[in-house]
Amino acid sequence: MEKYRVVIIGGGPAGLAAALESFKNLKGDKRVLIIERDRFLGGILNQCIHPGFGLHYFNEELTGPEYAHRFVEQVLENRIGYLTETHVIDITSEKEIVAVNKKGLKRIKADSIVLAMGCRERTRGAIITPGTRPAGIFTAGQAQRFINIEGYRIGKKAVIVGSGDIGLIMARRLTLEGIEVKAVVEIMPYSTGLRRNIVQCLDDFGIPLLLSHKLVKIHGKYRVEGVTIAKVDSQLQEIPSTERFIECDTVLFSVGLIPENELSKKAGIVLDMRTGGPVVDNTFSTSQKGIFACGNVLHVHDLVDNVTKEAQTAGRYAAIYSQHPELFEDNIHINVVAKDGIRYVVPQKLNKNFVQPFVLRFRVDNLYKDAVVTISNAGKILIEVKKSILTPGEMQSIEISQKILSQLDFSSDIVVSLQNI
Amino acid sequence: MIYDAVVIGAGVVGMSILRELTRYDLKICCVEKMEDVAEGASKANSGIVHAGYDPIEGTKKARFNIEGNNMFSEICKQLDVEYKMIGSLVVAFDDHEINILEELLQRGKRNGVKGLEIKDREWLFKNEPNLSKELKAALFAPYSGITNPYKLTIALFENAIQNGAEVIFGFEVCRIEKDDDFFIVRSADGRVVRTRILINCAGAYADEISKMVGAKNFKIYPRRGQYYILDKPEKLPVNRVIFQVPTEKGKGILVAPTVDGNVLVGPNSEYVDSKDDTSTTQEGLNEIFEKARKVLPSLSKRDVITIFSGIRATPDTHDFIIGEDENIENFINVAGIESPGLTSSVAIGRYVAEIVSCKLNAKRNPNFNPYREDIKRFSELSDEEREKMIKLNPSFGNIVCRCELVSEYEIIEAIKRGARTVDGIKRRTRAGMGRCQGGFCLPRVMDILSRELKIDKTQITKFGKNSYILTEKRWED
Ligand SMILES: Cc1cc2nc3c(=O)[nH]c(=O)nc-3n(C[C@H](O)[C@H](O)[C@H](O)COP(=O)(O)OP(=O)(O)OC[C@H]3O[C@@H](n4cnc5c(N)ncnc54)[C@H](O)[C@@H]3O)c2cc1C
Ligand SMILES: Cc1cc2nc3c(=O)[nH]c(=O)nc-3n(C[C@H](O)[C@H](O)[C@H](O)COP(=O)(O)OP(=O)(O)OC[C@H]3O[C@@H](n4cnc5c(N)ncnc54)[C@H](O)[C@@H]3O)c2cc1C
Repeated sequence: MEKYRVVIIGGGPAGLAAALESFKNLKGDKRVLIIERDRFLGGILNQCIHPGFGLHYFNEELTGPEYAHRFVEQVLENRIGYLTETHVIDITSEKEIVAVNKKGLKRIKADSIVLAMGCRERTRGAIITPGTRPAGIFTAGQAQRFINIEGYRIGKKAVIVGSGDIGLIMARRLTLEGIEVKAVVEIMPYSTGLRRNIVQCLDDFGIPLLLSHKLVKIHGKYRVEGVTIAKVDSQLQEIPSTERFIECDTVLFSVGLIPENELSKKAGIVLDMRTGGPVVDNTFSTSQKGIFACGNVLHVHDLVDNVTKEAQTAGRYAAIYSQHPELFEDNIHINVVAKDGIRYVVPQKLNKNFVQPFVLRFRVDNLYKDAVVTISNAGKILIEVKKSILTPGEMQSIEISQKILSQLDFSSDIVVSLQNI
Repeated sequence: MIYDAVVIGAGVVGMSILRELTRYDLKICCVEKMEDVAEGASKANSGIVHAGYDPIEGTKKARFNIEGNNMFSEICKQLDVEYKMIGSLVVAFDDHEINILEELLQRGKRNGVKGLEIKDREWLFKNEPNLSKELKAALFAPYSGITNPYKLTIALFENAIQNGAEVIFGFEVCRIEKDDDFFIVRSADGRVVRTRILINCAGAYADEISKMVGAKNFKIYPRRGQYYILDKPEKLPVNRVIFQVPTEKGKGILVAPTVDGNVLVGPNSEYVDSKDDTSTTQEGLNEIFEKARKVLPSLSKRDVITIFSGIRATPDTHDFIIGEDENIENFINVAGIESPGLTSSVAIGRYVAEIVSCKLNAKRNPNFNPYREDIKRFSELSDEEREKMIKLNPSFGNIVCRCELVSEYEIIEAIKRGARTVDGIKRRTRAGMGRCQGGFCLPRVMDILSRELKIDKTQITKFGKNSYILTEKRWED
């Protein structure tokens, strides 16, 4: 069986950053391996040819492939091992990996593993959209691949469901490709996309954004012939007699992402119902010792810059684990708990052996105006942050500094909560 | 082309008849309007191999249900199709419903169903711990099973082809004439086949075909049933097929495992105006979910990965119509084959083939081979077997569909066996049937289809006709 210090599963931005950071932090034997099932490294970024990547990390605006390329180059320069067109089919709690490619099955033993498998898109079926099942129904990611990588037009007139950043960006992309976007339909009373994307992707092209609207039926026998939409009330229930038919031959679903954790389940890793990803501590260690997770497999990110930073931390600790596994023993954690308006928080734990500054990332469960996020411990408020607006679509982060860590009572949970002012 | 016998419709019934006919030395063919087999009711049903306590005694439904159930396991073995005899339960909430269980039990006994038993709550909660605690009793039928209906249709098709039958796709029968010896069967696009014997297996359209030859007058009413498919759970919520007590509308909503490890919930029952209206509706889906949840309270919409519906070909005669027409010699109707048509199909095939062989005085086909092997599936092999397969076929090591672990080899093999569309690949390999519903593998499946069939990707359809996926090529690689 082949042996490695750190094996990274997934060669997207999370995997690449984790690999580089593991490599830097290893001493002596520096064998790191990235396993990627696609033909190229770079993950989903390869098909995101629009600008908007790297503003925080590089202070410049790059396209997805450009952003990925910067990390791929470093991987190549450092001669970090990688396998493409290789699919990991199994990992065990003993950190044995089974991967398969055209040459055969490969069994690999690792000191530590970093999970960076990314996520998959929710589909028409997942949101239970009635109607017929003709051709012309795509997820945003599929459309992106067909249009940006393969060079095909996917239709003439489209309706987009979901107004997160991906839906907004695809509305602009389709328009630039000569596909008329009839509307972007959003069931919530607000868009979960960034303000600048609403302006640059919809307003600039005159594409209507229909908030509090739902796609209620798809029509068409062979190819989509249209959709029926309707207004919804505050309970998201369809309001009778507000139905409207829109003629189109294409429907794009951009209705959320789900972390891809089938392998994590096989390894017996505990998952967080709310993030859909593993429960981790501030070292990004999962419940299986020596297995770390970062990027969209852990929780869905809005910005790749955050993915990179998080993955660097995970990669660093994966390298530390391979040298000092004893620092990751059981019963060394306090919990970080999300309460009152906070949907989830990552990491969900703090490892007492690594009391070092870290970033808490979280999402709220609803739209809030003029609210305060507090972080408290043992009944004491450690941080208060005022926010004029908070939406579930925008990931929030709060830095936990050394000063705050020094005030912690380790017998008690850290609580993140939200109060209205 | 002149044939001894032509079957109209490549559903499970048509394919079963076609395969049984290849036991004889005959020139036979099936004409199908779509681009693949199993595009009608045979792809969109519950996949239950019924025990036979539902149909009224003395009916054709009862006869072919029981015969079909008895033959099912053997045929599935020969054709390498999944079949699991997991048993079924009809569950009852109150005394009135318990009385119905008693009626079903008696009817089942009269029909010749073996092993029927009414079980009490204790047994129920021990064996099906997730069912509602409100339930009082259940009728247990140990010989009910589950199968994969479209895979069975595909397997029958492949075996029939191996044994010398033909299938002509894209042939929509629109006119039929008769001269002294032959039926002249014309398609919408002008093609013609001639045949001595004509067998009508056109599903929901069988009444129209019958009318075209001027044969027996009956009507088929399309009755729709909608479904949910749930993601493969780590542990199945039910071990058996769970039916609710039947009403005049049919067998009611069921919850059942599929042979692939998903969970199926449905169908409801509603007459619709169009024989093609396989749409799903909010009302229908809500109705199903509410009813199913009464029996299985843990059911969650979060687990849904897709929804679909199928059309039952409900005849006004209230029984299967099977046999040579009284007035039109050599015209055989196999019509009104609603549930339990899947279960019955294997027995109907044998019965109809016997009629045809008698009429034509046909000899046995000495080369008939009843066995067909399924495509080797990456997901089902051990690691050692996988290594061996990859050595022989490197494409077996290229995973195309990540949710269902389908290799490139399987897709190429499906194309060799007749898949021409994305749905054809899906039904033969499961690529695109998993939790991401083709989100990842659709472009890759299209790459392989385009390469193997030597066609441009803009010509690839989801399921034939105008179901194009891409509309225009913008640049060359
Ligand atoms: C349309 C769209 C627009 C976006 N716009 C922006 C933007 O403007 N700015 C921005 O900052 N961010 C943007 N993002 C978000 C950003 O691209 C993602 O957050 C980031 O790519 C996630 O990185 P990742 O490495 O976690 O996942 P991915 O990039 O998805 O990488 C995961 C990799 O793991 C591989 N993998 C998975 N399972 C296995 C296995 N079993 N074996 C081997 N390999 C496996 C996959 O093939 C994939 O390459 C956008 C995303 C999309 C889809
Ligand atoms: C909701 C539902 C649930 C069911 N559940 C079960 C079950 O659990 N167990 C069970 O045993 N049975 C069940 N059934 C019944 C079973 O599915 C059917 O009896 C069976 O599939 C019928 O097969 P078929 O070949 O007669 O029809 P189909 O599969 O509909 O095939 C008819 C074919 O004829 C073709 N055709 C039509 N018109 C023309 C034309 N003019 N020219 C050429 N071709 C034509 C069609 O394209 C089609 O391919 C169910 C049915 C439904 C709808």
